[in-house]
Amino acid sequence: MYSALWRVLPGPWWLRVVILIALAAAVVYALVTWAFPYVDTFIDSPNVTVGSS
Amino acid sequence: MTETPRATRRRTSVVGVLGEILITAGVVVLLFIVWQQWFNDIVVANTTRSEASTLSRELGRQTPDPVQSGAPATSTSPPVGRAPANGAKFAVLYVPRFGSTYQVPIAGGTDTTQTLNTGAAGHYDSTQMPGAVGNVAIAGHRTTHGAPFAAIADLRVGDHFYVQTADGYYTYTFRNLEYVKPTQVQVLQVVPDAPVVSTASRDRLITLTSCNPKFSAAERIIAFGSFTSWQPLSAGAPGEIKSIVTKG
Repeated sequence: MYSALWRVLPGPWWLRVVILIALAAAVVYALVTWAFPYVDTFIDSPNVTVGSS
Repeated sequence: MTETPRATRRRTSVVGVLGEILITAGVVVLLFIVWQQWFNDIVVANTTRSEASTLSRELGRQTPDPVQSGAPATSTSPPVGRAPANGAKFAVLYVPRFGSTYQVPIAGGTDTTQTLNTGAAGHYDSTQMPGAVGNVAIAGHRTTHGAPFAAIADLRVGDHFYVQTADGYYTYTFRNLEYVKPTQVQVLQVVPDAPVVSTASRDRLITLTSCNPKFSAAERIIAFGSFTSWQPLSAGAPGEIKSIVTKG
């Protein structure tokens, strides 16, 4: 998977590394902005109230 | 290496790709934990703080509308505001022990998604309003979602809780911590922990509840405080929180 990605990237090795870092940053940004907040709504946080609620 | 000969190129195997996907998934889960426990906490706490300071200014513009009228309010007999709607932010809590810039909004009700998970503290709607004879109970997260009560176990006897509403500043003094089971609603009573539910009281108390131990829902940590004084908004913020209020 990653070896295939490395092969399809253009340019010398350092340019590929730069592209990969940019790609990784974009993925992390998307996760933090959209995916994680969405997933978080399904995860119960420790209850902080006494009683039924 | 630009052109790898086809013969020496490693063959892509199903297991290899599966392994890479699993490793990636593992890294994403670790990232999520870092985001949830640390990064998001800081982001939410910052948002909550600026929300609280906006609310603090708004409260100053609102017309006080206390429940009882007649006898003028004094520092020992404060006005009592009307109960807020569910999710409506009606007060700002200041606890200097929780940080030199600490301020967090208090909303009506302890709804998880509507109030607590937004980083605000939630006022148990079955309990009294600030300044009233009885018990003002407030819940907040100890970890995640801004963790407004992260430092609840660090409270020392004599620490102050300041509650700012449209009716003024209410000062409470921290008295003690208690650890209870999640079912022990007695801590919310007018007279907390009294064996018989009593409505007869002359004390004005505040009760903070959060989870215990951290990251768990096994128990609750409870912080009690008793009413010390009240002053109208026109008198300005109490000295200990003056810098936070004016800076915000």
